[in-house]
Amino acid sequence: MDIKVRYFASLRDRMGRSEDQVSFDSENVTVADLWGKVSDEPIAEKILVAVNMEYTDTSHQLKNGDEVAFFPPVTGG
Amino acid sequence: MKVFVTKEALDPYKEVQEHEKTLPAGKHGGVVVFVGAMRDFNDGENVKSLSLDHYPGMTERHIEKVCQEAMDEWDVMDTLVVHRVGDMVPTDPMVVVAAWAAHRKDSFDACRYIINYLKERAPFWKCEITTEGNKHWVEHNSEDPGVSERKLQKTA
Repeated sequence: MDIKVRYFASLRDRMGRSEDQVSFDSENVTVADLWGKVSDEPIAEKILVAVNMEYTDTSHQLKNGDEVAFFPPVTGG
Repeated sequence: MKVFVTKEALDPYKEVQEHEKTLPAGKHGGVVVFVGAMRDFNDGENVKSLSLDHYPGMTERHIEKVCQEAMDEWDVMDTLVVHRVGDMVPTDPMVVVAAWAAHRKDSFDACRYIINYLKERAPFWKCEITTEGNKHWVEHNSEDPGVSERKLQKTA
């Protein structure tokens, strides 16, 4: 399955890119598995996760075509 | 309910006036407006400019959710949120939140709820440039004590 990954703000700077396209042979993939594929470092505790623009956590089971975003705490308003 | 994000300079009071024209006349006895503007200081540093990043689509969706929650909780006729993104300088208005209701309590409570939860949940990120030329991402917002007050009320 194919997953689009997006990074924002300080995390985008740290990753050195704003997005990735990631393919998995398996259908049994969580957000934590995805992170392991895009980064060598453990995911920082404060990093937030959204799948298809809804907040979730790293145990979230992914499906083909999902858009996953990783970002630091939000600071709008 | 109207929510939008814009890169253009924001005239908050004009947005409120324009939106109010779409509401039925004579029905709202209270409108509360919150305007958030850019400060020239943060955490002891002098700030020269700010760039505000967002996640198009998710940002609007989560502001709309917060507005809907306010409309479900209080007797509010309508709400407006306009949030600026991109580059701005001190004194620039960054966000306007307005809530129209028949009575003042509902409009005050709804407006406060929306700005507090927008700050907590809508994906925006501030990147500041200090007067010394240093660029850094703001790590956290200052919390309005009203947020924790409200959480306590909810669990009480």
